[in-house]
Amino acid sequence: MTGARLQAAVQAEPFVAEALQAALLEPAAGAVVTFTGYVRAASDGAAVTALELEHYPGMTERSLLSILQQASSRWPLLAATVVHRVGWLPLGEPIVWVGSCASHRGDAFAACEFVMDYLKTDAPFWKKEHGPDGARWVESRATDAQRARRW
Amino acid sequence: MLTLQLRFFARVREELDCAALELPWQAELATLDELQHALAQRGEAWRRVLAQDNLIRAVNHTVADGDTALQPGDEIAFYPPVTGG
Repeated sequence: MTGARLQAAVQAEPFVAEALQAALLEPAAGAVVTFTGYVRAASDGAAVTALELEHYPGMTERSLLSILQQASSRWPLLAATVVHRVGWLPLGEPIVWVGSCASHRGDAFAACEFVMDYLKTDAPFWKKEHGPDGARWVESRATDAQRARRW
Repeated sequence: MLTLQLRFFARVREELDCAALELPWQAELATLDELQHALAQRGEAWRRVLAQDNLIRAVNHTVADGDTALQPGDEIAFYPPVTGG
């Protein structure tokens, strides 16, 4: 469907999920699906106290919008939003929020998962984990590429 | 002046100790592969990092392959596989 309301943002500040969800809702909507990703305490057995998120300003926004447009061309969406944070994010902080709004839940579920899967393989963000043992760049996972390829 | 703007991110930026570089555009750097080959001559770290087979390259914010022709004013980025989300 053309004309879906698509919004992408990259920001250091926290986001307010309730406000993002409220802004996503359309009168024709029967379903809103949202996803929030958080900084977790451990990665591959190593303790994590914070993440440092780097991105490629200019390309990041374009990449996120392109992913939303692909989702919108595959499912009849009314609206979709992605917000990704950058900078220093302590344990437990939200990193990313994706919301999709459609007439029916199947389309909203699928689009939300598609956006997250493509974000993880295409959007130029990089995570560096900080913990008691120092800092290390997160390696990309083959399972992420597999998840994106199944669409 | 006609230039190429180079950007480096994450692990690649750290290993090269370089976030950005401006090079004069020249006909010898006609493609992305040729630019990468020229950069690899800058020293041992450059040779090693630019030989990594999972290196991703983008021209003007779009992922590109080695045959991509370069134009004056292009912005070219080198970075490792992405890990956001």
